[in-house]
Amino acid sequence: MTLTVENLSLTRGKAGVLHGVSAALQPGQITAICGPNGAGKSSLLLALAGLIAPDGGTVTLDGTALAEIHPQLRAQRIGYLPQDGEVAWDLSVRNLVALGRLPHRDDGKAQIAGALEATHMTALQDRPVSTLSGGERARALLARVFAGDPEWVLADEPLAALDFYHQLEVLSSLRAAAQLGRGVVLVLHDLALAMNHADRVLVLDQGRLNADGAPEQALSIGNIMQVWGVSARWLGEPGARALVTG
Amino acid sequence: MNRATFVFAGLLVLALPLSLLMGRVWVDPETTPNAMLILIELRLPRAVLAIIVGAGLGGAGAAMQGYLRNPLADPGLFGIAPMAALGAVASLWFGYATSAYLLPLFALAGGAAGMALLALIAGRSGGIALFTLAGLMIASLAGALTALAITLAPNAFAMSEIVLWLNGALTDRSWGDVTLAAPLVAMGLVLLGFAARSLDALTLGDMAARSMGLRSDMLLWLLVGGVGLCVGASVAVAGIIGFVGLIVPHLVRPLTDRLPSSLILPSALAGALLVLVADCVVRILPMVTELRLGIALSLIGAPFFLWLLLKMRRGLV
Repeated sequence: MTLTVENLSLTRGKAGVLHGVSAALQPGQITAICGPNGAGKSSLLLALAGLIAPDGGTVTLDGTALAEIHPQLRAQRIGYLPQDGEVAWDLSVRNLVALGRLPHRDDGKAQIAGALEATHMTALQDRPVSTLSGGERARALLARVFAGDPEWVLADEPLAALDFYHQLEVLSSLRAAAQLGRGVVLVLHDLALAMNHADRVLVLDQGRLNADGAPEQALSIGNIMQVWGVSARWLGEPGARALVTG
Repeated sequence: MNRATFVFAGLLVLALPLSLLMGRVWVDPETTPNAMLILIELRLPRAVLAIIVGAGLGGAGAAMQGYLRNPLADPGLFGIAPMAALGAVASLWFGYATSAYLLPLFALAGGAAGMALLALIAGRSGGIALFTLAGLMIASLAGALTALAITLAPNAFAMSEIVLWLNGALTDRSWGDVTLAAPLVAMGLVLLGFAARSLDALTLGDMAARSMGLRSDMLLWLLVGGVGLCVGASVAVAGIIGFVGLIVPHLVRPLTDRLPSSLILPSALAGALLVLVADCVVRILPMVTELRLGIALSLIGAPFFLWLLLKMRRGLV
C-alpha cells in the first residue's frame, strides 16, 4: 500500500517543474507537502494522483506504475481533491457526495452515509451546495472523496479559505481517515498546521525535495530560512506550535 | 427515470394526437374528405419529424451544457450545425435540391465535414477551451461561406430558396425525411447516453473528473459523435432551428436533481414537445405564408435568453 515517487521529473513548456523527487509515502499517516509558491507542490500531488504523466522517473502504487493501472481502478484506490472546489451545478450535498461512487459504478449507500457522517454533513445532506457556507462546502467536497473509499486521499490545499475552527474540523476528519489506515497527503501553505498536524512533511524548493521527515526537522527554523527566506521561530509546545517572524 | 421524464413523456403523448388535427384545415376524421390521407401522409410525418428534431436538439443541448459546465452552451457551439447548413446551401446553389434526397445528404456531409475539421484542429489535445474556440471558428467560417453563397447565388430563385431553407421549417416533409433522420438522431442520443455519467463527473471540474476515472478523450469523441449525429440530422431535415438546445435544458433542469445525466432524456422529450407545439402554432397562425419554424423559435428564444442573462446577473441561476 505504499505510494512511491522515484526520481520524478516534470516539465511544463521549457521550465522544469520537478527535478528528481523521490519519496515513499506510507498509509496511516498524514503527509504534508510544503514549499513556497511555484515550488511544484500541486504538480507533485497531481503526479501522485496519476493525473499528469511524469517526464522522467516513476510513480508507483504497491510497485505498479500508475500509468499501467486502468484509470477506473486507479480512481477506486486514489481519491483526489482539487483546490478550486468547483461544483458546476447546484446539486444537493447528497448527490455531490454520491459522485464519489463513480469509480465503483454502484450506489454505495453505506459508503455515502459513512462519508457524510465522517465529515459531519449528515444533517445537511439535502441542502443545495449553493446554500452552504465555505466550511460546509469544503467538508462536502471532502466527503465526496471519502465516499469512494480510497486507500489514498490526496488533497490540494483543503484548508485554504477556511477559518480556524473549520480547519481543525476538516483536519480531524482527515486524521480519522488516516487512523482507518488510509494514506493522507495534503498540500499545505500554513506551516503551523503542517507542524502541528502532519506526521511527515516534504519540503519542496524550486522543484527539488529539500527536506523529508518529521515536522520538527523538515520545518526547522534553519530550513524555513533557507527555503522561504524568512527569519522565524517556533513558539509553544510540540503539537501546539505557532510560527512567528523575527 | 425521473419525474421530469414522465412529465414530458406524458405531455408528448397528449400533444401528438392533438397536433395531427391542428393546421390550416382542422381535420375531423369523420367528415373531412381524405382525412386519413392528410393525417398519415402529411401531418403524421411532419409531427414525427418535429419530435425527432426536437429530441435531437434538446438532448444535444443538455449534453453540451454538461460538457462545457455552462448553462449558456448550445449544440451550435461545435460548429456542426452551420457546416450542415452550408452543405444544404451548396446543394441549393448547384440546383441539386430538386432531388428529394440530395439536400439532406449534402447537409449530412457538411455536418460530417464539420466534425472532421473539429477533430483535426482540436482532437488530440482535447482541451475544452480549444475545442470551443475551434467550434466557433468553424461556425463563423461556415457562416461566411453561406453568406457568400447567398450573395453569389446563380439566380434569384436559388437565392430565395437558400434564405427560406436557412430559416428552418417542417413544411411538406415526408416519411422519407423521417427514415433519414430517425436512426441518426437515435444513434446520437444513445452515444450521449453513454457519455452521461462522465458528464456527471465533470461537474467537479476536469481534474477531479479524471481522478474519478474519466477518460477525457473518450468522452470527447462520444460527445462529438452524439452531438454531431443529433444536430447534423436535424439540420439536414429541418434547416437551422435555434434556441431549442439552449432553452430546453434550462426549463428542465429545475425539475431534476441537476446532474447532467438526469437531464439528457427529459431534455430530449421536452425538446420534442417544444418543436411539436411550435410547429402547430406556426401552422395555425393566420398569416398569408406560413411563419418559418426557425424564425418562430428564435422569436421565442432570443427574449428568453435575455431574460436568462438578467437572471444570471442577479445570481439566481
